[in-house]
Amino acid sequence: MDLLVGQLFTGLSTGSILLLAALGLSLTFGQMGVINMAHGEFIMAGCYTAYVTQQVVGDAGVSLLIALPVGFLVGGAMGLVLEWLLVRHLYQRPLDTLLVTFGVGLVLQQVARDVFGAPAVNVTVPEFLRGGVDLLGTAVPKTRLFILALAVVAVTVVALVLRFTAAGRRIRAVVGNRDLAETAGISSRAVDAGTFFIGSGLAGVAGVALTLIGSTSPTTGQSYLVDAFLVVVAGGMGRIKGAVVAAVALGTFQAVFETYSTASLAKVGVFVVIVVFLQLRPQGLFTLRTRSLA
Amino acid sequence: MPQRFTFHPRDLTRSLAATAAVTALALTSACGSRAGEETAAAESCVDTSGDTVKVGALNSLSGTMSISETTVRDAIYLAVDEINAAGGVQGKQIEIVAEDGASEPTVFAEKAEKLIREDCVAAVFGGWTSASRKAMLPVFEDNDSLLYYPVQYEGLEASENIFYTGATTNQQIIPALDYLAETGVKSLYLVGSDYVFPRTANAIINAYAADKGIEIVGEDYAQLGSVEFSTIVNQVSASGADAVFNTLNGDSNVAFFREYANVGLTAEQMPVMSVSIAEEEVGGIGIENIEGQLAAWNYYQTIESPANTTFVDAFKAEYGADRVTSDPMEAAYNSVYLWAATAEKAGSFDVADIQASADGVSFESPEGTVVIDGENHHVTKTARIGEIRADGLLYTVWESAGAIEPDPFLEGYEWAADLQVSE
Repeated sequence: MDLLVGQLFTGLSTGSILLLAALGLSLTFGQMGVINMAHGEFIMAGCYTAYVTQQVVGDAGVSLLIALPVGFLVGGAMGLVLEWLLVRHLYQRPLDTLLVTFGVGLVLQQVARDVFGAPAVNVTVPEFLRGGVDLLGTAVPKTRLFILALAVVAVTVVALVLRFTAAGRRIRAVVGNRDLAETAGISSRAVDAGTFFIGSGLAGVAGVALTLIGSTSPTTGQSYLVDAFLVVVAGGMGRIKGAVVAAVALGTFQAVFETYSTASLAKVGVFVVIVVFLQLRPQGLFTLRTRSLA
Repeated sequence: MPQRFTFHPRDLTRSLAATAAVTALALTSACGSRAGEETAAAESCVDTSGDTVKVGALNSLSGTMSISETTVRDAIYLAVDEINAAGGVQGKQIEIVAEDGASEPTVFAEKAEKLIREDCVAAVFGGWTSASRKAMLPVFEDNDSLLYYPVQYEGLEASENIFYTGATTNQQIIPALDYLAETGVKSLYLVGSDYVFPRTANAIINAYAADKGIEIVGEDYAQLGSVEFSTIVNQVSASGADAVFNTLNGDSNVAFFREYANVGLTAEQMPVMSVSIAEEEVGGIGIENIEGQLAAWNYYQTIESPANTTFVDAFKAEYGADRVTSDPMEAAYNSVYLWAATAEKAGSFDVADIQASADGVSFESPEGTVVIDGENHHVTKTARIGEIRADGLLYTVWESAGAIEPDPFLEGYEWAADLQVSE
């Protein structure tokens, strides 16, 4: 019984971690169609932002709150540079984008290794997030509750921005029909850069939060990249709510499979489910209707 | 579908062509190194007629493994410098030819070939991962040359051309189990990364447990690099096991111990015995998450012996006071001394002479006296259980009664009789 309650929460928690890692990608990949293999390294940059902030500030709690917005700016700035230097030249060539951003990811990993060293560094968890909360007889780590809350906040903010702000409307307009949007006076260049900035910034935020439960090392981003792509593809390209449902579903599948087998077998199980699902529904859970002809 | 995510057939063709070209290039270079092997069996080109003798140091100086392997290289250089300062081997100064294995097994094989055939070294020191050792093994056997490998590993191997100066399973895992059994552990939960070392280690632990009446209440594997340990820790916690045996590797250790501490499990309630956590890993995990937990190795920087004090002082003097010494570094340091002592005893640098003279060669090492076993080319080692303390260092809380004879195939253990087929 204890284990069951624990596992239900674990599914939700794993889902929220996947969602946080995938949210930025659902903008850059889902909305813009850019396969950014360096997304994981932006998450890693967020992790190191949390580390550096903690070294400078000292107090773990204060530095976490500072690191969240700083992580957004660091990730966003890196995304902006990547978009401007490379990605914008490759917009019609998705496979080339994949190879190029993969290379950028490797370069960023090596940079992190040279600057911070290859072994993981320690980001101290703030006192108020240590230990667990008793939930129906199971200890639920506070760090996981924090990440769950952060994921909810991040998704809500992104959804509100896309729906109600002028910038959000422009993003949706360009995704819906680029040519028509340009005719209406929207600079699709600026919108692309802006979308990439926000998407990469969210990766940075994810990185800061993930230091609470995971390691901070040059290869950290790799642990989340594939799962993040899975969430976006299974959820349906360009749909935030698709990413939410897919992340929670995948998290729960993983947690349930894992209860009855080993973690690495559970991973295989999740992949099988996704492969079968995409056979039946290649467009993912939710589809985006666009007015473009392509 | 967003408009931009469209594949043009032309792009696809171009990318495929690029991929094909890269693949072709890779295949050609792979064949290039293969071609060398086929013309093997050439006479050894080692020339020791001058006043120097060349040896190879083959460690990863770039890539993921570089941080671990550069420390091993430092230890090899230290030993060589010390031996040279004391007059060299058979009056000859040792000259190191260094190569970078780049954390890639194929590169290790290629560079080993180069060291043997082009640089004509008398012996090579290095390697870390089992994958790199497995890749180099045929190179050393085909060219009949010598490799000194300094890292604890999963056993079940004994090559004429390799000397293993790290622990095999009966010098690390079995003593760790003996210790747990002695302290009253009746049930164990096994957690490991999914690759050869944890799988082999856990096969041994299962056989041991079946024989000694210890219950294995759970066995779980996570993908290498996995950082999602919520379910595993929930299950460990619910299992009520007396202790956990941990063979996780790398980043997974950080996520595992953080989760473990966060659900409120402590070293007093359920100690975790780890076999791949040394001083460096403790830093990344955070001492508050791992203090009091146990590790099994043969050497710790904190060992109190004259030989170790000399080693640690010399190392810090050479590389800086903030550096720490670890088990693989010590084993690498020993390997150079063992090779030198064997060459002295043989009166020759010839591979056949070294192999013939190796049995019984000993060295007063920082971990205690180590002696080469001429039959399986491993060395005797003292097993030590260390506890992680608040300063991030490991302190010996238990050690085996004297050095343990190496037994890579576990032939001396009746309960392990069925394991040998698993290789």
